[in-house]
Amino acid sequence: MSKLEIKDLHVNVEEKEVLKGVNLTIEQGKIHALMGPNGSGKSTLSFAVMGHPKYEITKGEIIFDGKNVLDLAPEERARLGLFLSFQYPSEISGVSLSNFLRTALNSVKYTKEKRIPVMEFRKLLMEKMDLLKIDKSFASRYLNEGFSGGEKKRSEILQMAILEPKIAILDETDSGLDVDALKIVSNAVNTLAGPEMGILIITHYQRILHHVKPDVVHIMYDGRIVKTSGPELAMKIEDEGYDFIYKELEKEV
Amino acid sequence: MSTQADDIDIGEEYKEKYGFSDDIKYLHTTKPGINEGVVREISKIKNEPEWMLNFRLKGLKHFQERPMPKWGANLGQIDFDNITYYMSPSEKSETSWEDVPEGIRKTFDRLGIPEAEKKFLGGVGAQYESEVVYHSLRKDLEEKGVIFLGMDQALKEHPDIVKKWFAKIIPINDNKFSALNTAAWSGGSFIYIPPGVKVDVPLQSYFRINAKNVGQFERTLIIADKGSSVHYVEGCTAPIYSTDSLHSAVVELIAMEDATIRYTTIQNWSNNVYNLVTKRGFAYKNATISWIDGNLGSKLTMKYPGVYLMEEGAKGEVLSVAFAGKGQHQDAGAKMVHMAPNTTSIITSKSVSKDGGRTTYRGLLEVDKGCHGIKSNVVCDALILDETSATDTFPYMNVNEQDVSIGHEASVNKVSDDQLFYLMSRGIEQSEAMAMIVRGFMEPFIKALPMEYAIELNRLIELNMEGSVG
Repeated sequence: MSKLEIKDLHVNVEEKEVLKGVNLTIEQGKIHALMGPNGSGKSTLSFAVMGHPKYEITKGEIIFDGKNVLDLAPEERARLGLFLSFQYPSEISGVSLSNFLRTALNSVKYTKEKRIPVMEFRKLLMEKMDLLKIDKSFASRYLNEGFSGGEKKRSEILQMAILEPKIAILDETDSGLDVDALKIVSNAVNTLAGPEMGILIITHYQRILHHVKPDVVHIMYDGRIVKTSGPELAMKIEDEGYDFIYKELEKEV
Repeated sequence: MSTQADDIDIGEEYKEKYGFSDDIKYLHTTKPGINEGVVREISKIKNEPEWMLNFRLKGLKHFQERPMPKWGANLGQIDFDNITYYMSPSEKSETSWEDVPEGIRKTFDRLGIPEAEKKFLGGVGAQYESEVVYHSLRKDLEEKGVIFLGMDQALKEHPDIVKKWFAKIIPINDNKFSALNTAAWSGGSFIYIPPGVKVDVPLQSYFRINAKNVGQFERTLIIADKGSSVHYVEGCTAPIYSTDSLHSAVVELIAMEDATIRYTTIQNWSNNVYNLVTKRGFAYKNATISWIDGNLGSKLTMKYPGVYLMEEGAKGEVLSVAFAGKGQHQDAGAKMVHMAPNTTSIITSKSVSKDGGRTTYRGLLEVDKGCHGIKSNVVCDALILDETSATDTFPYMNVNEQDVSIGHEASVNKVSDDQLFYLMSRGIEQSEAMAMIVRGFMEPFIKALPMEYAIELNRLIELNMEGSVG
């Protein structure tokens, strides 16, 4: 059973402390939701876990399957089975989605000596595209270039389906996520979730939780996880907003 | 960012694949430097007609009188007196690889030329230093009247047609380096395609410099007669030396009515070669000339392939790709001169600079008065891979007519940390991620190449990208 453990994580972005001691454990086979107001540090956490060089870890640990990954480059973390679905994936002109997916799959699951045969890859790609109800022509388009918001989500989700990570983090922080994109993400999570995959959905909006049923809900506030509970917590936020949490925190202070 | 990329030195890689040198005994070698004596000696060795010697001497005079161009890249370090202007490795051009001297044959074997010839080429020329050592043309093309010879041989066998067109497209006094070429020229290709003949397989020449401090001055002339078509491809490499060599070619194309010429270059000189080349074509009624110009090697390249659109319906196209790494400056571009109404030109330039390399796009678009209905589109995109590298764009326009449609777009792109992080988060190593972005950027150029060359170019890009980041 794979496990991602984040312990007392402190992260600076451009010299400013954004995460101030995050503790969070995600297990394979479970769906977690991370909620919290804008600016609470949710996206920072996702980038720090994947190893973006702009995010400086000043304290704490990220342990995956018992191994500290802080010294590993992003590609090495990916090979261990970590995945981040980007909120704003970069556009790479001239590189087709299918070419990119094959390179990524070869990098993550194969070696320089043993590559996935082209026909086998095509078959896998078609299967996954069928599963996610993605049009075939999609694979020959250039990676994210000129993609709509919904298409970018499809592209990310397809990558996740092909790479089959052990732990996937879905950064869906943007409150501007349209209904179409929301459905794509939630359908995909429901399709791909299972005993082999642990998922952390990061969201500002509780709407997504109408479509996905998390096992655990975490609330982040000012760089820390301030509350962890069952799915009923998401419902409460839906009804009451984040105010009750602020009040609880004030009481503690 | 940490990386697993192997720290391969690009020089080492190039050295193994192309940068080796042979120990060859030369039949003729002129003394270093260029003067009237050397020019007369070259002409005498070649046993040329008087008119050609006079051409050479005029070229020499102009070269000596003309100041060094100051408008472009830095040419101040070229030591003209330290260059050997003529070196011949063999008696004559052979038509069978068996007859090519062994050392030289092995070199071309190693470069894969005979193999490519068997697989997909209609004809091959191979030049070693100053002389063409091998030349062949597929029999069926020969039977159709196609001529594909070394330029020296063509001068002997077809003097009238050579005399008619020689230096007509690029006059002796066009520029300092075309004048030098006129004085010292040797080798190059001569191609004539008879009316209506479509050559459906590429004809290729390979240019090889082997010795130190040597100058290569080939002269190429391609004439596509009415309604004919041809695709000519040239490649070039040299060993790596610490002192500089000079390659200064002149290439003239003539596309008659309804003819099509496509001229593809994959230039991969070692990083001690000055590559100063003049290329120009005349496109007559409804004819098309395309220059597909890939510059990966050399220390400094200055090259602006041009098309003079002489009559109505003519079309000119330049697709230029430049790749500048450490110590390299690629000053490349295009020149389109609209001399007749209803002519079309397209310039697409893509350049990549890394490790302190520099790329320059330099283009000229000229429309003569009265040339209405002109269409022209210029797109130049530059990609910069790191902070130490640079790019410039100099698009000159001289448009003397109102009724024209001209588009111009330019962009400078930097590979962002976010792009790299995105690819790396999918398990792709940093060096491969960078190569992927570069390949994607080059895609429009690669797509325009025949498959065999696309594969070759991809491999060269890979080679240029290796060990480049960390």
